[in-house]
This record gives sequence, C-alpha cells and structure tokens, in this order.
Amino acid sequence: MDGKLSSGSRNNGELIFRVFLSNDKKQVVMSSNLIIMLNKLWDSFKDLLPIILVISFFQIIVLQQPLPNFVEVLFGSIMVVFGLMLFVQGLEMGLFPIGENMAQALARKGSLSWLLIFAFLLGFSTTVAEPALIAVSAEAAAIAAEGGLISSTQESMKSYAFGLRISVAFSVGIAILIGVLRIIRGWPIHYLIISGYILVILMTMIAPKEIIGIAFDAGGVTTSTITVPLVAALGVGLASIIKGRSPLLDGFGLIAFASLLPMIFVMGYGLIIF
Amino acid sequence: MALLFFNGNRKIEQNMNFIFDAGTVLLATIRDILPILLLIIGFQLFVLRQPIPQLRRLVIGGVYVVIGLAMFLIGLEKALFPVGKIMAAQLADPTLLGGKKIALVDWTSYGWIYLFAALIGFSTTIAEPSLLAVAIKAGEVSSGVISPWGLRITVAIGVAFGIALGTFRIVTGTPLYLYIIIGYIIIVLQTFVTPKKMIALAYDSGGVTTSTVTVPLVAALGLGLSEAVPGRNPAIDGFGLIAFASLFPIITVMGYAQISHWFVNRSLKKNSQGEKNEV
Repeated sequence: MDGKLSSGSRNNGELIFRVFLSNDKKQVVMSSNLIIMLNKLWDSFKDLLPIILVISFFQIIVLQQPLPNFVEVLFGSIMVVFGLMLFVQGLEMGLFPIGENMAQALARKGSLSWLLIFAFLLGFSTTVAEPALIAVSAEAAAIAAEGGLISSTQESMKSYAFGLRISVAFSVGIAILIGVLRIIRGWPIHYLIISGYILVILMTMIAPKEIIGIAFDAGGVTTSTITVPLVAALGVGLASIIKGRSPLLDGFGLIAFASLLPMIFVMGYGLIIF
Repeated sequence: MALLFFNGNRKIEQNMNFIFDAGTVLLATIRDILPILLLIIGFQLFVLRQPIPQLRRLVIGGVYVVIGLAMFLIGLEKALFPVGKIMAAQLADPTLLGGKKIALVDWTSYGWIYLFAALIGFSTTIAEPSLLAVAIKAGEVSSGVISPWGLRITVAIGVAFGIALGTFRIVTGTPLYLYIIIGYIIIVLQTFVTPKKMIALAYDSGGVTTSTVTVPLVAALGLGLSEAVPGRNPAIDGFGLIAFASLFPIITVMGYAQISHWFVNRSLKKNSQGEKNEV
C-alpha cells in the first residue's frame, strides 16, 4: 500500500512538498484516521453480524452440522469486512465530499445541459463500480453458461457479464438524468413511476424468459454503496437550490428511478443477445 | 498485504494461483473505479474550472477504494456466495425435511427455507445503515407521524416477506412476472390513497434496503435453492429474490403511512371536534 502511495505522489511534485512540510500534522491526522478506520471496521462488521447470527442459529440448532470449508468462509468474511471498510473509508475521504460539492456547484451554475450530462455520467460511473453489481453479473454469466444460453468459454462469460453491467449502468445514468429533470421541472413522481411499471410489464411480455429474473434483480442490485450517497447528495443539493422545492420531498425519488429503469434496459439487452 | 495472512497450510501452487487471481481482480477494480475518477476530475477541471481540493486525500482515498473493492470481491467469492449456496442446499436436503430420501415436490416441505429467508431479510434490513438515514429523514418529512423505528421495522417486514415469498416462488416454479405485476398493481392502487409527502420516500425505500453484503448472499441463496429443488432451472428460477426484496418494502411503507395517518387523523378529530384537519 505504501509503495502505491509513493508512486502516486511521485507524479506530483507539489504533493511531496506539502507532505514534507506537514510532517508534524501528519502524526495527528494518522491517529485520528486510525479511530475513523476502527469505526468503519465496526460499521462494516455490523453489516455482516445479522447474517452471522442467523446462519449460526441454523447451523447449530436446525442443521446440527458444521459449515463445510469453515476456514475458507471465515477468511472470506474477514476479507469482506476489511474490504468494505477500506472501500467506504476511501470513498468518504475523497470522492464523496468532492462529488457533493460538485453537485451543488453545478446546480448553482444554472447550466441545464451540463447538469444533465453530469447526472448521466454520475449514474453511469457509480454503477459500473458498484461491488454488488460486479458480483451478481459474474454469477449470472456463470449460470447462463451452465444453462447453455451462452458458450461456456471464459471470454463469452466475461462479455456477457460486462454487457449486463454496461446496460445497467447506462440505464441508471438515464434514470438519474430523468430524476434530475423531474426535480427541476417539478413533475409528480408517481406518474413517471407508474409509466415505468407499465413499460416493465410490456417488456416482460416480449423478453426471453431467461433474462427476466436477472433483469428484475438488477433494479435492486444497482443502488447500494456508491450510488446512494452521491445520488442522494445530487438530489438534495438540487432541491435545496431551486425555489419552491423542498429538499426532503423532491430530494427523494432518484433512487426509485435508478431501481426501475435497469429492469427495462436489461430485458432489452436480453432481447438483443439471446 | 492481506495476502500474507493467507499462507496457512495451503499448497504453494494454490497460493500462487490466488495471488495471480488477486492481481487480476485488482486490475479489473482499477478499471471499474476509473470512470468515477475521470468524471469528478474532468468536471472539476474543465467545467467548473477549479483546482481539486485536498488532492492528497483524494489520491489516498482512491487507493483505499481500489484495494477495498478488490478485497471485498475476493472475500465474496470465498465466503458469501458459497455460504448462500451451501445453506440453500442443506436446508432443502430431503433428509432434513422429513427423513425420506425421495425428491420433494410439495412446497409445504420447505418450511426451514422460508424461515431462513425471512430471518436473513429481516435481520440484515434492521441493521442497514442507509435505511436508518432514510428513516430519520422520513421522520422529519412527516413531522413525527412516521417514527424512525416504525419505518425500519416496516421495511424489514417487507423485505422478510418479500424474500420468503421469493423462495416460495422458486420452490413452486411459478413465473416471476405474475408476482411482480400483482405487486405493481397493489403499489399503483396504494399510491392514490397514500399521503403525497410519503410517496417518493416509499418508492425509494425499496432501493435502499438491499446492501452490498446482503445482495450477493441472497442472490446465492436463490441460485442454490433452484439447483437443490428438483425440476428447477437456475437460469429461469434462480433470480428474483432481490427484486422481491425491493418491491415489498414499497407496499409495507405505504401501508404504514396510511395506517399512521389514519390514526393521527382520528385522534385529532376526537381532540378538536368539528374542526377540520388538513392532511
């Protein structure tokens, strides 16, 4: 990790200079960072705790047998907790504050086209990096290969998983764009959602049935660790700046679009490739 | 780094493989993170034309994000996916369900699966931090009519019911779209009678429930179950649990909003007789 850091900072002379100057401060920052890290560690452990409790209840009371590959599972769980801790900590250190400021600055700038471009790109790029989506699309590819829907070579599985992720990311981009337009224009949310539902149902009728399950799931998968905080910041920032919009009322709703449109787009993707 | 802990008693060959895998995951992760970085830096420099504040923090944060995501994905492959599938296989095992070694087709035999699904759904949702944040906001929006705890329990019940019904659907092999369409119809009908302030919030509460840890586990549970139950095809029947987990909270939250508003209105009417109350 240290090696990576120094190679990153070598590209930036100013940065080294600043690090050099603030050596004393660094000590303080380091120790407070440690406390924050421990807090984050506890937080991501709390995510896992209910799962551990339920599973141990079933293993001990109902099944009365040990979990196979216990050591591997334990190791994996530790990786999950530490990985999630680092991931969230890293996001909060850099990307979240800048993203939030940027959403507000762009809203204030008043340029609708830039705002919409930003909204689309924000939805797209945060979804491409979403951990749960990466995991589930890889699993979907493996299942599709087992079922003989795509050839079971490494390459075709990869391209299927990638295609799934790109169509979900694209649809979340569009969803955030529509959501931002809605906040600006003040359209009532339920008309948009209901027409979305109708589109979903129409797509279900023509889509191949092998894609329907993963398409419906794609809606829930997209909105977790990265997307929710940044998108919520964009929505609340926008609503607090535009006159006549309440941040609490109009700020909500972006997530709802982001979980609706992926279903439609993934079914479209299924229509194309199967 | 963390790879060093993995020495244990494994063969060196496996270890090499693992390191190679970890390297691939790390590279893929950097590719995944790149779009966000490009977006933020590009907009900051070229559209807003401002220097990037606290560049050092951004760089360190970026390194954390990449390493953290890579570790998470490796851990997922080793822990959450296998556990979901193993639990599904064990709980659907005929020897557990009645002791006979015959293939089970009767949906009533899979009681433990439904209970497991409901408990996983309920417990992970109650502990979900992003739901807590939304619940507090909802309390403010509704000026105290919706209590944060009430909302969290309502959403958790919705998720628990959703995932349990989802496993029932996998066991019976009934088509997913029927459930979804019926769910949509209920939501649309509820939308017309729910207090306007709560609608956007209720729609959102479907999306925030499924956390990064829960999604893979629940997905694996569905896939494992569709492999274990005779006559089910994972490609067709395996998915859909997450869809249910994001659909049913919308229904329960709107229901909760209706019921609590009804109670508040009734007590207000009792208190100030004759005087009309705004909702």
